[in-house]
Amino acid sequence: MCLAIPGQVVELFPDQPNCAMIDVVGVRRKVDLGLLQDSLPVKGDWVLIHVGFAMSKISEEDALDQMRTLRMLGEAEAAMQEVEGYGIEDVGGTQGRREAS
Amino acid sequence: MKFVDEFREPEIITRTSEQIRRLADPNRHYRIMEVCGGHTHAIYRFGLKDLLPANIELIHGPGCPVCVLPMGRIDDGLSIAHDPNIIFAAFGDMMRVPGTQGSPLEHKARGMDVRIVYSPSDALKLAQLNPDKHVMFFAIGFETTAPSTALTLVRARAQSLHNFSVFCNHVTIIPAIRAILDSPDMRIDAFIGPGHVSTVIGCRPYEWIARNENKPVAVSGFEPLDILQSIVMVLRQLRDKEAKIENQYKRVVPWEGNHAALRAMADVFELRPYFEWRGLGFISQSALRIRDGYSEWDAERRFNVPGVRVTDPKAAQCGEVLKGVLKPHQCKLFGKECTPEHPIGALMVSSEGSCAAYFNYEHRKTATVTSISSAA
Repeated sequence: MCLAIPGQVVELFPDQPNCAMIDVVGVRRKVDLGLLQDSLPVKGDWVLIHVGFAMSKISEEDALDQMRTLRMLGEAEAAMQEVEGYGIEDVGGTQGRREAS
Repeated sequence: MKFVDEFREPEIITRTSEQIRRLADPNRHYRIMEVCGGHTHAIYRFGLKDLLPANIELIHGPGCPVCVLPMGRIDDGLSIAHDPNIIFAAFGDMMRVPGTQGSPLEHKARGMDVRIVYSPSDALKLAQLNPDKHVMFFAIGFETTAPSTALTLVRARAQSLHNFSVFCNHVTIIPAIRAILDSPDMRIDAFIGPGHVSTVIGCRPYEWIARNENKPVAVSGFEPLDILQSIVMVLRQLRDKEAKIENQYKRVVPWEGNHAALRAMADVFELRPYFEWRGLGFISQSALRIRDGYSEWDAERRFNVPGVRVTDPKAAQCGEVLKGVLKPHQCKLFGKECTPEHPIGALMVSSEGSCAAYFNYEHRKTATVTSISSAA
């Protein structure tokens, strides 16, 4: 939650300007761009994500650094679980995405 | 130095560690507080203490949002969700945090509709998908997560989504630092500032710490080298009798922060007159509440909230540990009644909590050494 997850913008949606498809180590999910509206990222840009919202634009090198940091901290798995968990409507049905277990 | 071989640039780490030894005055004891729980985790994980001279003490700060939340707030949030029409949605970090009658997960086992969400916007979607239910999002976090909750509330209002609300526990980091500096039993020489919170708030909000309190601050990244370089920065300032804000994490943290995120927070939230922090007590203007314009989406105004105040279990010394007065292992319950598997205090739940970090890295290491030596 406090450690940001790096991802690359792989798709933008003309009809949803506040939304981007991002790729985090092969996992693709939609994230919210509303907090970057002063300087929206373009396709190919790298961003840091907190709880489903892109928070800052960073360089590719820093994105790779951040992924390595998460790995070193033993947080990579939790980060990937978070990313996979984004987007209830895309996969979940009415029961929601992931049951607390 | 168990993790040293994992470092990317071990020779730079060694050099920086030597630089720290040269900068540290052997006749002086340094107390440096890392404010952020992510830093606390990194410090234990990488065994950074082993790379520092004995007279540099790292004090773990209040920057773990799960840890500073008083139990009464968890009870309050759960009490609303006893209504079978309400879905209690929260981040996974909250699920094992104990309330008086158990954690959200234990409430789920007893029939409460509790869901993990990974984003506040997914709690909103949950409300859209369950129009016959009310979804209450139990919001926690510092400035890294508060803007996302704010924007989610903006969206809920724009969509006139009436079966959604937020139980807001967002806190702000600066008043907590102020409370620590005001506390008579605390003496801190310098601060390692939080990295990702600062991507939102920037570096300016720390300036008073240098100006009024004469303490150095280095906003730091999370790699071992980042943290060591930040220690070099503050030691150099202390040596030169300086106090300023340095940004070690320039590659990610802009000096001015993220304006859009700050605007979203200002539009939706206002400061509470005071808020209770675990371990630190009531701190004035230290937390956010939802503005009148969004009152319909404010769970505290929409539902009856008992306003529970719960004192922590007597034997647990979470407060002292949170303030840095006690080290985790000095708490009477540490590693006995209170473990990551069966946490009594919140500091043992989150991986960013200092007790869990200490238990997972220091304690297990010591326990292994002890069992090996006693077997020999």
